[in-house]
Amino acid sequence: MIRVENLTKYYDDVCAVDQISFNVQRGEILGLLGPNGAGKTTTLRMLTGFLQPTAGQIQIGNFSINDGLLEIKKILGYLPESAPLYHDMLVFDYLKFVADLRGIGAPRRLSRIRELGDLCGINEVMHQPIGELSRGYRQRVGLAHAMMNDPEVLVLDEPTSGLDPNQIVEIREIIRRIGKAKTVVFSTHILSEAEATCDRVAIIHHGKIAADSRTAHLKETLGGRSQIQLMLEQADPAAVQRELAAVPGVTRVEVLAPADGAIRLVLTCDASRDPRAELYRRIRQTDWTLLEFHQETLSLEEIFRELTKES
Amino acid sequence: MRQALCIGRKEFNAYFASPIAYIVIAIFLLVTGWFFFSTFFLFNQASLRNFFGLLPTVFAFVVPAVTMRLLAEEFNIGSYETLLTLPVGFNDVIIGKFAAGVAFVAAMLIPTLVYPVTVAFLGALDWGPVIGGYLGAVLLGAAFSAVGLFASALTRNQIVAFIIGLAVCFSLTLVDQMVFFVPQAFVGVLSYLAADVHFQNVAKGIIDTRDIVYFLSVCFIGLYAAFLVLKARN
Repeated sequence: MIRVENLTKYYDDVCAVDQISFNVQRGEILGLLGPNGAGKTTTLRMLTGFLQPTAGQIQIGNFSINDGLLEIKKILGYLPESAPLYHDMLVFDYLKFVADLRGIGAPRRLSRIRELGDLCGINEVMHQPIGELSRGYRQRVGLAHAMMNDPEVLVLDEPTSGLDPNQIVEIREIIRRIGKAKTVVFSTHILSEAEATCDRVAIIHHGKIAADSRTAHLKETLGGRSQIQLMLEQADPAAVQRELAAVPGVTRVEVLAPADGAIRLVLTCDASRDPRAELYRRIRQTDWTLLEFHQETLSLEEIFRELTKES
Repeated sequence: MRQALCIGRKEFNAYFASPIAYIVIAIFLLVTGWFFFSTFFLFNQASLRNFFGLLPTVFAFVVPAVTMRLLAEEFNIGSYETLLTLPVGFNDVIIGKFAAGVAFVAAMLIPTLVYPVTVAFLGALDWGPVIGGYLGAVLLGAAFSAVGLFASALTRNQIVAFIIGLAVCFSLTLVDQMVFFVPQAFVGVLSYLAADVHFQNVAKGIIDTRDIVYFLSVCFIGLYAAFLVLKARN
């Protein structure tokens, strides 16, 4: 649905986005993750046609951003960061204005606004000026604005920033619901959010894509240096250390202080192979009692820190 | 074109949703009313010549105040981004906002229609120059709106937009009074640039294509410059 190739943006001499490429399929939710100033907003602004790329190609649906910008805008809904809307307009008037610009005719308009009011929970503020709304309500009005035309592609820039936990859950719920049939791209710097909402995550750092894969896959591959925690009873620490360190794939065996006759071990493994089967086979051959055996992959948080830390 | 109309309607309504419209209209009526009627009975003539004579100077102050918010405010609160990612082009934005500005100037002139009506009761009013004057006023308002819109496109600060617009409009109004400072070769060019001269021609009731072309050119140049500024912004 979305194809981005070698997208580059310079602000004067400063390179904000550096040759990034990614694809998004229909029905997929892509999260753009990155620290502040990584180029997320710039990427989204180019995606929505607000900024002109310095170089590179963007294709959305069957249209290219160069010659089909107006067509793209028709199938795209965009909520900029912090929902900048006209402060002195009433919510209802604003949504009516957006419907007019979207070419939604008078007969359909009122019912559409009502639908969005229900979906985004803004019916009770319909007749208040946007400037007087709380942050959360303004964000929801922005969401209603973005979804006015039932867009094929929904682009959201930090949709949950500044919201309270209940509102965050609601907005994520809405995103997931839309994401079933439509294509959603959103940016965030909250990792748990990406983990909870996205099918796929692209981590942007210094204007480059540092990682791009399915959320689960990302955790597996980059969590290659996983840790295995073991708890054994009736075992001699020295023998355990010798035995398990010999298993291919295990790089380090750490014996933690024994408690109640059981010893706790942390094995660090490299990404080359999965040592779990071999470990189990060896333990079975001894007369140790296996109390606990589980693998911990790195959380997205750690992966993110790993990828974006300054070298 | 439909998009431009939507934007124009929204902007026009926005004027009356905030106190700025009422303040600007009140000041405009107060200033023109005062200067017109303070000398009206001394001249003892049933004509609106003084009213129209004053109008370009007043417009040079008032019209930039009307147009200063059109784009600068959008840049400032960031709504420009939401507007531009809706299915609209730069030309829709500019034409819509320009139309709203001109419509507001026209609305501002409507209350002054009581002047010719009252004057017509006092003496034999020649309606030709009055009609010409109002036509010229709308043309002048349109030209200054285009300049003001361009000034508004340059900055996110409304005060700066106002001052730039004021400077350009005021120069255009007064440039014919400055001609004796410049070499003979430029006199023709400079006096053609003077908005005041063209306006007074129309306000005499003489509809000359040269004057119409002048106002339309200023509109076009202002709007096209604003268009280029918006384009260069991204």
